[in-house]
Amino acid sequence: MSLLSIASLQKSFVSPDRERKLIVDIAAFALEGGQQLALRGESGSGKTTFLHLIAGILAADRGSIRLDGRDMAELSEPRRDRLRAEAIGYIFQTFNLLQGYTCLENVLLGMSFGPGADTARATAVLERVGLGHRLHHFPRQLSTGQQQRVAVARALANRPKLVLADEPTGNLDHRNAGESLSLIRETCRENGAALLLVSHDPQVLAVFETVQDFATLNLALQEAAS
Amino acid sequence: MTLALIIRRSLRQHLLSTVITALSIALAGGLLMSVWVVKQQSQATFTQVNIGFDAVLGARGSKLQLVLNSIFHLEASPGNVSEADYLYIKHHPAVKLAIPIAVGDNLRGFRIVGTIPELFTAVEYAPGKKFVLESGSRLFDPAAKEAVLGSFAADQLKLKVGDTFHPFHGLIYSPKEQHADIYTVTGILEPSNTPADKVVWIPIHGLQTMSGHDPKAATDVSAVLIQLRSPSAGFRLDMMYNRQGDRLTFAYPIGAIVADLFSKIGWFDQVLTLIAYLVALVSAAGVLVAIYNSMSARRRDIAILRALGARRRTIFGAVVLEAAAIGVLGMIAAFAVYLAIATGVAALIRAQTGVMLNPWTLDPVMLWAPLGMIALCAAGGLVPAGVAYRTDIAANLAPTS
Repeated sequence: MSLLSIASLQKSFVSPDRERKLIVDIAAFALEGGQQLALRGESGSGKTTFLHLIAGILAADRGSIRLDGRDMAELSEPRRDRLRAEAIGYIFQTFNLLQGYTCLENVLLGMSFGPGADTARATAVLERVGLGHRLHHFPRQLSTGQQQRVAVARALANRPKLVLADEPTGNLDHRNAGESLSLIRETCRENGAALLLVSHDPQVLAVFETVQDFATLNLALQEAAS
Repeated sequence: MTLALIIRRSLRQHLLSTVITALSIALAGGLLMSVWVVKQQSQATFTQVNIGFDAVLGARGSKLQLVLNSIFHLEASPGNVSEADYLYIKHHPAVKLAIPIAVGDNLRGFRIVGTIPELFTAVEYAPGKKFVLESGSRLFDPAAKEAVLGSFAADQLKLKVGDTFHPFHGLIYSPKEQHADIYTVTGILEPSNTPADKVVWIPIHGLQTMSGHDPKAATDVSAVLIQLRSPSAGFRLDMMYNRQGDRLTFAYPIGAIVADLFSKIGWFDQVLTLIAYLVALVSAAGVLVAIYNSMSARRRDIAILRALGARRRTIFGAVVLEAAAIGVLGMIAAFAVYLAIATGVAALIRAQTGVMLNPWTLDPVMLWAPLGMIALCAAGGLVPAGVAYRTDIAANLAPTS
């Protein structure tokens, strides 16, 4: 059984002119445990909404999202929150670090909503991403690349089964982007986590063995184009 | 750990508004506690102050004025009591002890009261407590121009045993009204926390015959402080002087007369208490406004926390607890505000009446006011907590791709 299997997933929003607009319409999608997959898609194609649906941040209008045997669409919101905290690591394009918290606290806080804060584990993952000497620094005291590494550490601290990465290199320069991407892939591999990455950057996509076009996956885009 | 960390960091991130809001709570809480404690303590203390006497006999007039004048050394004397009336009550079978006092002079604003040595030797001003002279002191000689000073008066006037002074005529100090007589300080009383502490005591004969006083009234007294043999005797004398007679006033029981004063000025306490409650409410509203106004800045952090797996109720609880934490910080500071206000008011009351309030005495208000204030602050946090609860994660995790 796949780690993540999606069927008949639909999500629509009400536009400013009060028309309901279908943003995500995916007939079927699957991701195996430990697999690393990149989704290619342009800005505004609904990639982030798709990741939010998988993470349970958004509730689907219809369809099922089975993650590790549990259907995200059928869970109550608190259970979705719990599942997200325990089983999913999320790396955002803008990192979304909490600016008032140190690197260590950012990682610990992420852990505390899941299995529980573990200072030794948090320290270990920060050391793994090369920030053992920046544990008590605040995000504003770090370079952009270092902030990205904190985000990676936070996403992996709970040993998630699935890591979702939304344009994770979008805010980095070419050199940092390459290093960051390698780090994400390596650490996911080390932790046995599957990786689903969305990007429109050809250099990022070129690194992945498996790349899927989001435009072909998302029927809502095809309908809009026709 | 999680909630504590979130609250601590949030308070620190909004440090200026946290400090200002906590200060307003400190002022409100301090005001509330000081109004309450001063009200409670002054009522309890003043209604118990009778310096060991059951009743006061004085000229016809207000009982309250008579008590204020003869026990608290406030207000003007309602008039004089003749020597015959004094001797009559002194030897009345229902009277255990009668101490005459005479007023009418001052020493730089402190009242000079003439009396007899028995006030200091035969009277317990409180159960088991007699007036005690400081070492090196002695009582005045009833026939000499000598004085014993209350501790507060001696301290304020900077007089010590062996010093001399000229009395001044009247109850209000006027340098032009100096008497020619010279008195020598022979003793200073140890603090009794009664109105006696702010009095300059001299022999009654000295005050009656002070240069410039009316020689015709040289045997009159201002009032007679009375200890009764039994409570029923008080009611009999009350009947005799107040209902059947029309020349003198018999103020009995002293505590009830003072309590009557407090009931008459009770509205003032209520106004003060109401103001304190209103300030408390405004402060709690301040918590609401402070957190509510910062919600737009907090939305992103809330969305991140929710994306990390924090439940809505965790976020709601964090905001309410943050509001309560501001209340806790404010109420810790409120004790300093309380001590400042209560100590100041106590000093004022001490200077005016000689009665000492103790701001350090524990009072139930010191428990319920902080708890109530913290609960009010937490209630003030409910509205922004509701906003936080409804925060849309996806909309606040921009950008999207």
